[in-house]
Amino acid sequence: MDWTALIISLRLAVFTVLILLPIGIAAGRVLAYRNFPGKGVVEALVALPLVLPPTVFGYYLLVAFGAASPIGQVWQETFGHQLVFTFEGLLLASIIFNLPFAIQPMERGFEAIAPEIREAAACCGLTPWRALLKIELPLALPSILTAMVLSFAHTLGEFGIVLMVGGSIPGETRTIAIAIYDRVQAFDEAGAAQMSALLLAISLVTIALVFIFSRRGDRWPK
Amino acid sequence: MSDQPGLQVALRQEAPIPLAAEFACTPGEVLALVGPSGSGKTTILRSIAGAYRPRHGAVAINGETWFCSDDNIHLPPHRRAVGMVFQNYALFPHMTALQNIMTAMERLPPGDREAEARHLLQMVHLDGLEERRPTALSGGQQQRVAVARALARKPQALLLDEPFSAVDKATRQRLYREIADLRRALNMPIVLVTHDLDEAIMLADRMAVLHHGRTLQTGTPEEVTTRPLSPEVARLVNLRNVFDGTIAGHRKEGGAVIHWAGLVLETAQDVRLPPGTAVCWVIPDGFVVLHRRDRPSRGEHENPVTGMVESMLSIGQAAMLTMRPHHDARLPLHFSVPLHVARRNGLAPGVEVTVSLLAEGLHLMPAE
Repeated sequence: MDWTALIISLRLAVFTVLILLPIGIAAGRVLAYRNFPGKGVVEALVALPLVLPPTVFGYYLLVAFGAASPIGQVWQETFGHQLVFTFEGLLLASIIFNLPFAIQPMERGFEAIAPEIREAAACCGLTPWRALLKIELPLALPSILTAMVLSFAHTLGEFGIVLMVGGSIPGETRTIAIAIYDRVQAFDEAGAAQMSALLLAISLVTIALVFIFSRRGDRWPK
Repeated sequence: MSDQPGLQVALRQEAPIPLAAEFACTPGEVLALVGPSGSGKTTILRSIAGAYRPRHGAVAINGETWFCSDDNIHLPPHRRAVGMVFQNYALFPHMTALQNIMTAMERLPPGDREAEARHLLQMVHLDGLEERRPTALSGGQQQRVAVARALARKPQALLLDEPFSAVDKATRQRLYREIADLRRALNMPIVLVTHDLDEAIMLADRMAVLHHGRTLQTGTPEEVTTRPLSPEVARLVNLRNVFDGTIAGHRKEGGAVIHWAGLVLETAQDVRLPPGTAVCWVIPDGFVVLHRRDRPSRGEHENPVTGMVESMLSIGQAAMLTMRPHHDARLPLHFSVPLHVARRNGLAPGVEVTVSLLAEGLHLMPAE
């Protein structure tokens, strides 16, 4: 069992979920409530990681983060080291490829709140912030939890993009999914089996949680 | 729109929803906005609450401006002290009845909210149901929670959007009485949106008739239902006896004489129109009087019209009749009599009857 790889994977997943939480709430709300020119394009771009082959997506992220790119240059000047093949670069990639898993369930969750309920909150004297805290977030909570669990599980399992952007640097960017592949290459059947079993268990728990949350969501008739 | 007490509303826009509404509502008054669905009633209510921003116009209450397109003022709903009861109540589903009401009490220190909310629930006769979620409440109970929640904000005006449409008839009758009691205790402008004319007549001091976002007429229910300003209003308030005519002359004792498809009719209404002018006229059911066959009755000589009963429908203790006048069978006349009168006079389809169109009820309007 490669404990370092497991810890990197868990760190990556936790940071990804924490950073995506406010992004998903903000983007999900805007997409659910507002109509603006180009909304379809934005929704398509958000969904893109679902259909793009991970290696292709990873390749473009690698190019976009590389030392030759504006992002890579700004990063180099600000922090004194390159973005690709570091944990930070991996985290940024992880946030981007998890956008659909975070935003889409939250968007559905906010959409399901009737417009009159939001108007009623305002007519009760709640400021938009108070309405978000007291009415919208509690009602969208099952969807938000679903989004968080999906992003978490997806980060643990992602292979292609992680390999392209992070390489497989032990202690920095080698995640558990890549460690499994390494173990198989090294004919360490027992190590691969242990880690695979762990990921399988995590996936099962994830699916169970998603089902529990979506049932909670049905508690309040629309 | 300055320091007058009460609510003043003037809204105008061409698109996306046409609006040309203007009305006022004084404290303690119930104003009903009446019109068919799609007539802009809810949009007007949302404009008052601040949930919708029309292109032009102004909304002011007790001297305070909530919306004024000229001065570019548009307060968001949470800054307008308004109590709104939504059509399906829009209660917060994840909260108990008590929490729903306490949510509208941000103005109070947290410690004072619960006592006040319990007091409001008591006022709407829901004590004992504090801990129920909306799904565990009946339609009538939900409506009362919605009313209590609307009042929890100490609003300057109460807005009711079809508040009785989601409950059964028996509950509705009880809620009518409660709303009537409540308004006496409140002394604030109350705007009631409804498509139900009888509801408006029963509850409102004044009503505004709306069509395609325009206020066609504002007045007491009696005014609007007996003296509509136009044939359009007449039809919107369910007056079915709307006909064309021409001015024939004027009566010495006041009032006008008109021609109606070859018949001469008198009205008590004073109009200064030259003979030959095309007009529309209307007579509410209540001013069509049946001539009794056995002995003469009141108004025997006023505008008699003879025809054949085409249909008779009993609704409760009343018989609704349609007759085809002999002088022109294409102009059906509708009237109603108590059921016992219909029986005593042997009214039935095919029977010949004579009615009088009472001159005091015959109302002239501009031709369409």
